[in-house]
Amino acid sequence: MASSSVSQRRVALACHDLWKLYGPDPRRAMNAVLSHGNDRERQRAALARSAHVAAVAGVSLEVHEAEIFVLMGLSGSGKSTLLRCLTRLIEPTSGRVLLDGEDLEKAGRKRMIELRRHAMGMVFQNFGLLPHLNVLDNVAFPLRVQGVDTEKRYARAREMTELVGLSGLEASFPNQLSGGQQQRVGIARSLAVGPQVWFLDEPFSALDPLIRRQMQDEFIRLQKMLRKTIVFVTHDVQEAFRLADRIAIMRDGAIVQMGTPAEIALSPANDYIAEFLRDIPTLRAIKAADVMQPLSDTGRPARTVPATELVEAILPMILDDASPIGVLDAAGTLAGQITTGRIAELARHGRA
Amino acid sequence: MAGPDAVMNLPGKPFSFADLGALAVPAAVLACIAASAQWSWIAAFPQDWTLPIAGAINAALGWIIPAILPVTAALSRALAAILTALVLVLQFIPWPATAIALMMVGLRAGGPRLLGLCVVAVAYVVLAGFWRQSMATVALVLLAVPMSVLGGFVLGLGAYLVPRLRRPVEALFDFMQTFPAFAYLIPLLLLFGFGPVAGLVATAVYAIPPMARCVLSGLTQVPRELVEVGEMAGCTPAQRLFWVELPAARPMVMVGINQTTMAALSMVITASIIGGFDDIGWAVLSGLRQADLGKSLLSGLVIVVISIVVDRLTASLFAEPRGNATRRRLPAMRKVLAGAAIVLAAGALLRLAPGFPQGLNQMAGIIDFGLLNRALLGFVGRYSGVLDAIKSGVLYYLVLPLRLGLAGAVLPTTWGFAMTPAITSAYALLATALAARQLAKGGPGKAAATLCVAMLLYVGMVAFPWPAAILVTAWAAWRVSGPKLALLATASLAFVLISGLWVPFVKSLYLVGVSVVLCAFIGGLLGLLAAHNNWFSAMLRPLNDALQTMPQFVFLIPALMFFKVGEFAGLIAISLYAVVPAIRYTEAGLRNVSPAILETARQLGCTPTQSNLFVQIPLARPALLLGLNQTVMAAITMLPIAATVGTSELGQQIYISLGKADAGMGITAGIVFCLTAINLDRMLRAAAGHLRSI
Repeated sequence: MASSSVSQRRVALACHDLWKLYGPDPRRAMNAVLSHGNDRERQRAALARSAHVAAVAGVSLEVHEAEIFVLMGLSGSGKSTLLRCLTRLIEPTSGRVLLDGEDLEKAGRKRMIELRRHAMGMVFQNFGLLPHLNVLDNVAFPLRVQGVDTEKRYARAREMTELVGLSGLEASFPNQLSGGQQQRVGIARSLAVGPQVWFLDEPFSALDPLIRRQMQDEFIRLQKMLRKTIVFVTHDVQEAFRLADRIAIMRDGAIVQMGTPAEIALSPANDYIAEFLRDIPTLRAIKAADVMQPLSDTGRPARTVPATELVEAILPMILDDASPIGVLDAAGTLAGQITTGRIAELARHGRA
Repeated sequence: MAGPDAVMNLPGKPFSFADLGALAVPAAVLACIAASAQWSWIAAFPQDWTLPIAGAINAALGWIIPAILPVTAALSRALAAILTALVLVLQFIPWPATAIALMMVGLRAGGPRLLGLCVVAVAYVVLAGFWRQSMATVALVLLAVPMSVLGGFVLGLGAYLVPRLRRPVEALFDFMQTFPAFAYLIPLLLLFGFGPVAGLVATAVYAIPPMARCVLSGLTQVPRELVEVGEMAGCTPAQRLFWVELPAARPMVMVGINQTTMAALSMVITASIIGGFDDIGWAVLSGLRQADLGKSLLSGLVIVVISIVVDRLTASLFAEPRGNATRRRLPAMRKVLAGAAIVLAAGALLRLAPGFPQGLNQMAGIIDFGLLNRALLGFVGRYSGVLDAIKSGVLYYLVLPLRLGLAGAVLPTTWGFAMTPAITSAYALLATALAARQLAKGGPGKAAATLCVAMLLYVGMVAFPWPAAILVTAWAAWRVSGPKLALLATASLAFVLISGLWVPFVKSLYLVGVSVVLCAFIGGLLGLLAAHNNWFSAMLRPLNDALQTMPQFVFLIPALMFFKVGEFAGLIAISLYAVVPAIRYTEAGLRNVSPAILETARQLGCTPTQSNLFVQIPLARPALLLGLNQTVMAAITMLPIAATVGTSELGQQIYISLGKADAGMGITAGIVFCLTAINLDRMLRAAAGHLRSI
């Protein structure tokens, strides 16, 4: 299964019991909350008593190498704050962030600058382009900060500009570009230093739906080439399910459910999540491997599909002919089968 | 008066006896008024109780000034040398060369429109015969602006980098901008000596706050995201400041330079009151003093023309380029500037050539002052009846009642009746009835305010007992804002009392009050018309622009022209200057009411008048109140200037102390000015905030 193959990879970025409190005295409130161990209910009660607000409330997660990890939630759910705690743009109140095993809390100012210059790249919701610099200078900006010499940094910036398909616009200024073009510049800039971890904070939210779709395709294309470790924040459920290897759904600063799109689609943790899923065609999130059953003794199915085939594509096949469909794994051996009964079960739970 | 039973049955806020506490204020005021007949110390603050604050300040200055005099004297000599050289150069270059250079820059920066403006401006200055003087003024501004820009930039940046400095620095700016220039001219005179350098320093100091404010607000308004971009790129703090924050704040910094230049231009004229420098300000002032109104008017217009050109020129130079024009402008601009420099140099060289008409820059104006003077006198002579009628109307029905109260101002000769006991009781009854109605509606505060205003109107501002004034002010400040402002207001009034400036202070207040009433009425009406009529609005806009760019001295000219020296001319000058914010805020406030709401009102069947009265004006109230605030502030800043045409209040105190070089007196009066402005500003803003939150 896709999820297992990801989880076997190395952990590139992790956080443990991360908290960010806002209020008059976050330190004291934090101690009060942490004195309740792992009891969420009592922690919440302590927090309420202290009149503090938790933008991030005890989040632990692990992002694996080359994985697209999506943080999803409504506005105010704490996803952007969490992202900024992971990059230390915001100082977490408590908890640990590990980048490649290195504890960021222990990194001093110099080390943090070093890490940001070389290990992290970030794309911003409103593009964050510097209005006084043209496209090339914007893309080259992180390299200029590092002190890379002019010739080298322009060469790299040209390369990046070409990668995102903006060749010919190098001399344009941000206010001359469309929103989609501006975000391409933002993407090129964030990739210029070749970061290990790529942070994207609602990168496509400010774009029109049509352009958003194009940019998602572009993002998928880039990731196929670059294989970055990605933390992607969005409030758009469809975007999350379209792009994610794994999704963490957040509410009130905490993660409500974390898993692959199929895992979440097949077994939502509660009504809140189920409500989200109403807006997405779950058949497109579920692959054959996610719903296949063990082979029965009755014999080999006449038809087969690859494990990565979407249930959406299998549906018409099974409607035409009720006999079971075999599922082939990556090596081409028969791994399981899908029956009409299984599809009906999915439908009964309202997920098909 | 309605009994409490009747009150309780009415809808609205539930009645409580605590509300009656508010009525204690008018009761105490009444007691004070009654007592003031008995004890004179209530009516007038005893002279023995005042402290020699002015003397103390003079003594302190007597210590400080000799200590820093060597430094300032050296600085003064250096500045004087630079200034003299600059004036020499500017006056040496033949005007056609300067004009061509200006037009080149104008064309490049603002296209044919700005070129046209430059042509008209140069033509006017030359034809009016003020080229020499205007070059002296330009030299002063050219020298003052870089100092202000540098000072403002450093202050603004410092306040940004050290957030703890922000509040004290903001307070300092408030102080600098409300402190009357005349008052700080005196210590500057003592430090820098008599002459243009003191004026130059005063100008530079006065013009700092706009720059500093713009730098600070530009930097604090840099989008959070851009700061994060810098962080994530791994910028050091210095890299972030120079490569991200300052470039992003650039447009605001440019606005700051523009504002600072305008402030310097207006101050240069005020500072010329020191004299000793043959510039435009002196031409205006000497014209005023010699009753040569024609000269004064023409030279005043020179300043207006220069201000407009400088404003448009700096605005277009610094305007954010749009679209494809980006960046390419800069090298082109450099070329034009280089070309202009060459033209100037060529002009100067040409003048050295034999046979060059040396008197070119000293040409007398074509426009004749005498003719203008005669025309003006003729006009005033013909319409003296109308002008007198206006003057006496305002005097008898607005100025005197406020100053002396209805008790003193209502006379059979003017009002047609006297305040006989019967009429006085009727007046008291009317006020009480109105207050009772407000009380019944659940507004004890309003009722108390009504009673206080009624008593104030009856007694007049000058005779209003000072304990009552403090009480009412403190109570009002508490109600609109809270204990902090009440404390500030009380302390401020106490300062006024012990400094012995109470009477001039009250006279200033009523002068401000009268002009604000006039402005609110006339400006409100014009704003209302402009809000409903695009054509009228378009007509009014350039007029407002002109009124706002004019140096304050120029407003004295028409006032003097039509109404001669005296308090009334001062009143008119103040009102001319202060009417602009009243017009602007009224129009903007009314126009900003959401069209959706007006549409709703129309749909609900409101007639246009109803929609105006019941929807648009109430919704625009916060903006109207802010406009009132700006009007009050403008009136206060204009007071010291108006003093030069013969008012008798705080401004006059400052003016006199300037004449006597009595720094302590001037500074004390200046502090009173500042305190008045700051308190009124806080109170009106707090009130506007209240209205908005409703």
